[in-house]
Amino acid sequence: MSKYTIAGESGEWELVVGLEVHCELLTKTKLFCGCPNVFGDEPNTNVCPVCLGLPGSLPVLNRRAVEMAMAIGTALGCEIRPSSFHRKNYFYPDMPKDYQVTQYDEPLNVGGALVLGDGTPIGIVRAHMEEDTGKTTHMGGDGRIHGADYSLVDYNRSGVPLVEIVSAPDLRSPEEARSYVSELRAILVATGASDGRMEEGSLRVDANVSVRRVTSHEFGTRCEIKNLNSLRSLVRAIDYEARRQVELLEEGGSVDQETRHWNELEGRTSSMRSKEEAYDYRYFPEPDLVPLAPPAEWLAEVVAGLGLMPADRRERLALALGESSEAIEEQIATVIDLGLDDLVVTTIATGADSRLVMARAANEAAQHPDAARQLDPERFGELIGLEASGTLSATQAKAVLAELLTSGGHPVDIADQLGFKALASDELGAVIDAVITANPGEWERYVGGDDKVAQFLLGKVMRETKGRANGKLVAEALASRRG
Amino acid sequence: MSETEAFAGGALQIAARVRSGELSARAVTEAALEEIAASEPLLHCFNTITAELALAGADAVDAKVLAGEDPGPLAGVPIALKDNLCTKGVPTTCSSRILQGWRPPYDATVVARLSAAGAVSVGKTNLDEFAMGSSTETSATGPTRNPWDPSRVPGGSSGGSAAAVAAGLVPLALGSDTGGSIRQPAALCGVVGLKPTYGLVSRYGLVAFASSLDQIGPFALTLADAAMTLQVIAGHDERDSTSLTHPVADFATELKRGVEGLRVGVVADFLSEASGSCAAAVRQAADALADAGALVREVAIPELLHGLSAYYLIAPAEASSNLARYDGVRYGLRVDGDDVQAMNARTRSAGFGDEVKRRIMLGTYVLSAGYYDAYYAQAQRVRTVILQSFARAYEDCDVLLAPTTPSVAFPIGAKTADPLEMYLSDLFTIPTNLAGHPALSVPFALGEDGLPVGVQVLAPALGEGQMLRAGAALEAVAAPGARGPVRPQLGGPMAGVAK
Ligand SMILES: [Zn+2]
Repeated sequence: MSKYTIAGESGEWELVVGLEVHCELLTKTKLFCGCPNVFGDEPNTNVCPVCLGLPGSLPVLNRRAVEMAMAIGTALGCEIRPSSFHRKNYFYPDMPKDYQVTQYDEPLNVGGALVLGDGTPIGIVRAHMEEDTGKTTHMGGDGRIHGADYSLVDYNRSGVPLVEIVSAPDLRSPEEARSYVSELRAILVATGASDGRMEEGSLRVDANVSVRRVTSHEFGTRCEIKNLNSLRSLVRAIDYEARRQVELLEEGGSVDQETRHWNELEGRTSSMRSKEEAYDYRYFPEPDLVPLAPPAEWLAEVVAGLGLMPADRRERLALALGESSEAIEEQIATVIDLGLDDLVVTTIATGADSRLVMARAANEAAQHPDAARQLDPERFGELIGLEASGTLSATQAKAVLAELLTSGGHPVDIADQLGFKALASDELGAVIDAVITANPGEWERYVGGDDKVAQFLLGKVMRETKGRANGKLVAEALASRRG
Repeated sequence: MSETEAFAGGALQIAARVRSGELSARAVTEAALEEIAASEPLLHCFNTITAELALAGADAVDAKVLAGEDPGPLAGVPIALKDNLCTKGVPTTCSSRILQGWRPPYDATVVARLSAAGAVSVGKTNLDEFAMGSSTETSATGPTRNPWDPSRVPGGSSGGSAAAVAAGLVPLALGSDTGGSIRQPAALCGVVGLKPTYGLVSRYGLVAFASSLDQIGPFALTLADAAMTLQVIAGHDERDSTSLTHPVADFATELKRGVEGLRVGVVADFLSEASGSCAAAVRQAADALADAGALVREVAIPELLHGLSAYYLIAPAEASSNLARYDGVRYGLRVDGDDVQAMNARTRSAGFGDEVKRRIMLGTYVLSAGYYDAYYAQAQRVRTVILQSFARAYEDCDVLLAPTTPSVAFPIGAKTADPLEMYLSDLFTIPTNLAGHPALSVPFALGEDGLPVGVQVLAPALGEGQMLRAGAALEAVAAPGARGPVRPQLGGPMAGVAK
């Protein structure tokens, strides 16, 4: 990545970014109670005395959430340590106890690193567990708390398990920040702990942004940017904030340490809370929970259950494909995200055409990821073979694959049922001859060397055969008839 | 049937008679409800009386007896519940305006266990607001009066429960003990009060005051009744992460084991801090145990006297957080304001009484940035020192003997103007809570003005067995008339005083 600097009148400035990523865990139930952890249900239907913080209720830690948190820590190369929970005290209507149970000075996962695509290592300070809050909707006004007529609170999200991953201030450009989040997202999805959906809020990013002269080794005063709901927002907000700070400093001003809100529509950040207004969270050990010190055997179980991480899987795919290009990179990202890379690698190992396997996996199989992960590589290979040999056209192969994924069966049988009989070569020959006869002018131009007409003739043949012909074979047949 | 007749022999006797079909649970419940109603204008033990639910519960017990099913070890025994225990559909107020109108959608684990054992809950008893107090005077519903002398406090915070048992309104009651809130009122009311090992009884459904110190326990007229109640409510609960998983001892057996060879330490440091009758009762108790075959010696544990200071940092700190949720958003009182912060502030200003506000402010302060180490962290270090000094004492002792309170019941209003004076009421009970140990108060003597005096038996964690052995020996030789039930002096100076 080329070096990102901001030119000021007095010289060049460097950007320093650290990210805090909140990841909702894909547990069946909430962190401290048995309520379902589901997105999008009717408000206040997945609640109980515990996640409503009713008087007298007590938290009981969800074992599966701890396992997912340990999986995340392991995937990020963290040390998994004996840990404890604290209460973070502040008043907010969507937080039913008016404190959040979180890990403070003894987080579960400490240290670690995430390596960006270009090899840059980004330090991970910690990845700790905490509970999510409910969700407030402000009615009337512009949808923000000030000027609203009233507010509605949905506690379905209250108590949903989160892992907060805190990076070191190692990121030096908006693009690096994007690259960090997208790699982290891939890792979280690969551990099975997250669905990685930023737009649904299951992955939320806060950015700590500061600037300093390129010659400086001291950190500048940072601002924390909130409300970054997409990678695009993240990149724009960091870039905007960096320029804002440089402008301030160039004018002889100073940056105030504060929390700032990103407005996607206006494309700017604005002050939410100054340092003076910052909450004093009055952290103290949560007396309702006992310390969490996962025994070595438990951790070993979690580590053993963890598959390969995206970087290794990309390498494995590239090796199987034997080549790499921009187009393939996107397909690689898709199949890894959906966990289809195992299918791709094993199908290629059966001798199937690697480019075709990759294309069908990333495009068509990706529409039915759950079924695709269960797909037998032998059968998938068989289908790819039928397409590669020209027995099935691309259109036919896609239809067979869709059927294979939704109803199961064997590719050959499905092709039969769908009436996809490969055209016998004499039948295809007859159609081609008929097309030539019916279009003498075009044929003559083609014979005369006008290759642009080839597409016209090919189209005619395909229409006559109702898509049953293999385009590549038709082109070859036309070429051979031209002599 | 008169109540005296129905209650003869205490809870175990009632249960035995109900189980045999000799006595109906309904008759017992009706008798209790009648007494409660009659006593309420003078004593005010109850915030809520659940007559209909109680009678329905009693009928269910009787139906089981009739059907030949096991109605449980506490079949038909009326029990009063401190009003900080959640009861499904029944107001649970913590004697605070801020919870007005709130009906929990669930039963506390102890409430469910008692009900399953056949006990019949007759109502919710008065307490100091959110259990913060030592006299039941900080209650938003007005003070409870001591049945021995209605011009005096019953102690607190579980004053309603202690007074209800002392007045013979119910044979059993539950309280909660954060710094002495079961043992201190038990002593001032002449009844048995038992605070179990932290984690022995589930806290699920107990409205939290200070989570690391709170523990639920029974009041009764006899140790045998208290032990049976503890047997019913003790044991692991998966809803409480701090609930212990150890097997629960058989307390009835322990009660009968005697004190031959039991090593008893008299906490010398407390005797000099107690009034004449309270100190004298401990010395008499020590002699009695020695006579019964125990090995009695004096022990010096001066560190325990620092418990009070540590407690008044740790308990308010936890309380400031536990009570944050009463913000007017979801339940209880709401006083509207221009924005949510104003609503929070106005609701809390109107909903909490002075003592609760004092402790929230204190707790908020000691947890604040810059003060945490000097106060909260320091208090936790003192807590560790207390644990260590107890551990040293228990190397040579099976139980410790101490006064429960520095004095007998004091007049209503005597200490309300001086919070620090009030806090001293718990000087001898607090160290136990900081250590998470069990302790009980046995009514043992009559002191100044003919008022009851309790003696406290302390034991190490899960030492309920040896604690009950010593307690039983004391109960056997206690002064006649030192324990309830007593009839409130209706014709006395307090006659006609409205609550
Ligand atoms: Zn819940």
